[in-house]
Amino acid sequence: MGWMLRGTRAAVSIPALILSAAFVGYAGLARESGLSLSETLMLTGMVWALPSIVVLTGAISAGMGMIPAAIAVALASVRLMPMTMALMPLLRVEGKTRRWHLLVSSHFVAVTAWVFAMRNLEDLPREGRLPFFFGFGASLTSFVFCVTGISYLMVERMPMMVAGALFMLTPVYFLCSLWGAARVAADKVALLAGLALGPVFFLSLPGLDLLWTGLVGGTLAYLGTRFARRGFR
Amino acid sequence: MAEQVWWWPYAMILVAGWLATDVWRWLGVLLSGRLREDSELLLWVRAVATALVAGVISKLILFPAGALADAPVALRLAAAASGFVAFLVGGQRVVVGVLAAEVVLIGGWLLIGLA
Repeated sequence: MGWMLRGTRAAVSIPALILSAAFVGYAGLARESGLSLSETLMLTGMVWALPSIVVLTGAISAGMGMIPAAIAVALASVRLMPMTMALMPLLRVEGKTRRWHLLVSSHFVAVTAWVFAMRNLEDLPREGRLPFFFGFGASLTSFVFCVTGISYLMVERMPMMVAGALFMLTPVYFLCSLWGAARVAADKVALLAGLALGPVFFLSLPGLDLLWTGLVGGTLAYLGTRFARRGFR
Repeated sequence: MAEQVWWWPYAMILVAGWLATDVWRWLGVLLSGRLREDSELLLWVRAVATALVAGVISKLILFPAGALADAPVALRLAAAASGFVAFLVGGQRVVVGVLAAEVVLIGGWLLIGLA
């Protein structure tokens, strides 16, 4: 319990504030798109990854069918798999951690909690990491959930510029925190490669663009820095 | 039309939202199996994850949804770039980067409005 509370305390942070502000912007978009309060909240809590939430909001308001919407959301969410894979070895105590604990905690994997965990978990004793991450993720999600509901009710119409400014928060915040979470050269090169390749694949292979951005950008970054590290071995 | 039924949006959120998203997280847990913290494979997986998120970032800036689309693309790029530079120069504090980007975005937006 102690570690879970520490995780909760760590969630009171600047990133949590920035994320909340981004969700204030999202509440405005949801309302404009014709989603009800309960739909907005359910979407926020159950999907819990802002880019995927925005994609599904667009799909629902456009009256898209369930299968095409699921495909669009799934493609926007692929990144959560390698992110979760990279995080799990940090959270696990070999031979002790129950798999269902990891499955439940994995719901909180999204950029904010992931970046925070990749940066800070290594300094904690192994036993404390999973409860800490759970406490962090659960409190962050609950807090942002409430912020989203309150702003949906309070913000009837947002001035264009305010809404735009709130939408600018997410990419800049992602960019800075991702760079901050980079531990090896491959991460930084992958970040730059992804930034450059994202729009290229979006225009040439729309739909599968993020998948290709990740695979091509990540592989190039990995191979390039591996060669720099150890030559052709 | 099925879309008219009251529970349709909730069914959409469950299947096209929750399942379509969490399935990747669960797969991530299941596939991480014996992945070791210091392995080469993990370095590659991290690089792929990072490049994917970076792709999301540049899409959010270049092809935004909602009100941000009304700001010219050059202004959005300038705001993001100044934010990142401020972040690097200002001791890698995220809040510095975010504030700098917002100042450039709103300032530029107002200037264009005045012109």
